[in-house]
Amino acid sequence: MTILDVRNLSVDYETEQGTLRALRDVSFTIEDNKIVGVVGESGCGKSTLISSIINLLANNAVLSSGEIIFQGKDIVRLSEDEMRDILGVGVSIIFQDPMQTHNPVLTVGRQMMDIQYRDKTSKEKKKEAAIDMLRVVGIPDPESRLSQYPHEFSGGMRQRIAIAMALMVKPSLLIADEPTTALDATLEVQIIEKLRELQGKINCSILFISHHLGVIAELCDEVIVMYAGEIVEHGDVRDVFHNARHPYTQALFACDPGRIKEKSKNLPTIKGSIPNLIDLPSGCIFKHRCTQRISVCDTSPAMHRVSEKQQAKCHLLTQGKN
Amino acid sequence: MIMKQNNELQLIIKHFFRNILGVAGFLIVMLMVLSAIFADFIVPYDPIALNIKERLQGPSFSHLLGTDQLGRDIFSRMVMGSRVALQVALPTVFGAVSIGFVLGMIAGFGPKWLDNAIILLLDTLRSFPTVMFALAVVALVGPSLETVIFIIIVTSIPTYGRVVRTQTLSIKSSEFILAEKSMGSSTARILLVHILPNIFGPIAVLSAMEIPTIIGLEAGLSFLGMGVRPPTPSWGSLLNEGYTLIRNTPWLLIAGGVPLIITTLGFTFLGETLRDAVDPKLRKRN
Repeated sequence: MTILDVRNLSVDYETEQGTLRALRDVSFTIEDNKIVGVVGESGCGKSTLISSIINLLANNAVLSSGEIIFQGKDIVRLSEDEMRDILGVGVSIIFQDPMQTHNPVLTVGRQMMDIQYRDKTSKEKKKEAAIDMLRVVGIPDPESRLSQYPHEFSGGMRQRIAIAMALMVKPSLLIADEPTTALDATLEVQIIEKLRELQGKINCSILFISHHLGVIAELCDEVIVMYAGEIVEHGDVRDVFHNARHPYTQALFACDPGRIKEKSKNLPTIKGSIPNLIDLPSGCIFKHRCTQRISVCDTSPAMHRVSEKQQAKCHLLTQGKN
Repeated sequence: MIMKQNNELQLIIKHFFRNILGVAGFLIVMLMVLSAIFADFIVPYDPIALNIKERLQGPSFSHLLGTDQLGRDIFSRMVMGSRVALQVALPTVFGAVSIGFVLGMIAGFGPKWLDNAIILLLDTLRSFPTVMFALAVVALVGPSLETVIFIIIVTSIPTYGRVVRTQTLSIKSSEFILAEKSMGSSTARILLVHILPNIFGPIAVLSAMEIPTIIGLEAGLSFLGMGVRPPTPSWGSLLNEGYTLIRNTPWLLIAGGVPLIITTLGFTFLGETLRDAVDPKLRKRN
């Protein structure tokens, strides 16, 4: 079953310089029990995508077209009240910085019990549920730690508490917005393993945002590669990682330090920078930085299905040269 | 690592009394409150009874702080004055904090136009010079305790309102509020459960520190003859009377000034310790 179906989503930001077209014609689906990774460099629209899914876009953002269908309901058309019945019930989210996702003046226990405000159970039951959940995410001695404040926990523990709180509501879709970016490498592995384990237990789908390719490969079933507000490649993690078809994805992999075999002084980079989204270039969005540019690149490429599980947006695929 | 399952209030109280300044402040404030409540039993003489024969006496065993130019016992007037001071201070702080809280939170959390409207209102209130405003109000309705309270509430709302608004604004944009919103919490829930406890600390301190200012303001208004009416004793009127006689009978000034200073210190200690006890991060220090 499809949990989330995003269709032709476009989001603009009204800025003083003009209309910034942050997301353009983004479509993808998330199936039951799948982990979908979204990767792309800074400013490619990852956060805007999340904000539109949870319907908490910035004030100057305009959802200019598209539908976001979550469990059969179009989120875009829901009222604030109807939206509240989905947030924290069907969807929950883990944020990037664990040092800031907790209320600093309330104890962890108070916050974990407070988040269950929708359940009409007794205080003791809620406390037990909180203790259980902390134990599940691997916080030692959860009974006594409930009475402690967020600043008394380490970063990794705080992120695990954030995960516990997000999973407390047993969501069908968990959105993880770069949950390991603020943590060190050892913790990153722990958190990833925990997420995988819990996903199996709770049977939820995860939308996992990251710019760490290794983590995506480790955790996700599918990967979406975004560039400058568009999806350029989408497919099964194995297919995309072994046989990237879009020049941007290929360039991205070429820059991954984990894949570099030879010693070199400088790490490889993709030359140039992302285009100005206020004044969009015509044709392919990646053409200015693309090393395989051909003449048709001045017209916009369409999404091309390369295999059953993989699609990419590049003219080379239809020209039969890649 | 065994921690007792203390609730929040117990923790705050425990940390409060660990601080010596806090205990001192608490004792001073308690002394003041008790003297205000039991003033009728403490005073050795009727504070408004005239006794011209014994006017302007120095401190002695029969008159601990001497007498004023109408022969009234100054110690009795000083004790009675604490009653007026508290009668003014407590309702004004309560009133101004409540109104300031509501206005500040609405301004900080609400839409931009409402924010601008409330800020305009607060700035307008604040731009009145207190004394001019007091003069105008007193001219309209006449001097009384209620008038003093009203004047001080109106002039101190902007202080609280602005602080609450600024705090709300800064907390509103923090990530844990976004996290709350993403969990579907309603605006009321975010304001009351998450923003309020975060602002409470600074406001508690601010109010504790404002109390002496308010008592001073009341003393000032009484000094100008715009506060409580004679013969009701207040610290301000003691100062007022003492001021003219400072060369020969300084004890009048002392009787009005010293309790004011001590109360100011007491409330300030109380406020600072309260802030440290309420904020879980500051609590760890001692």
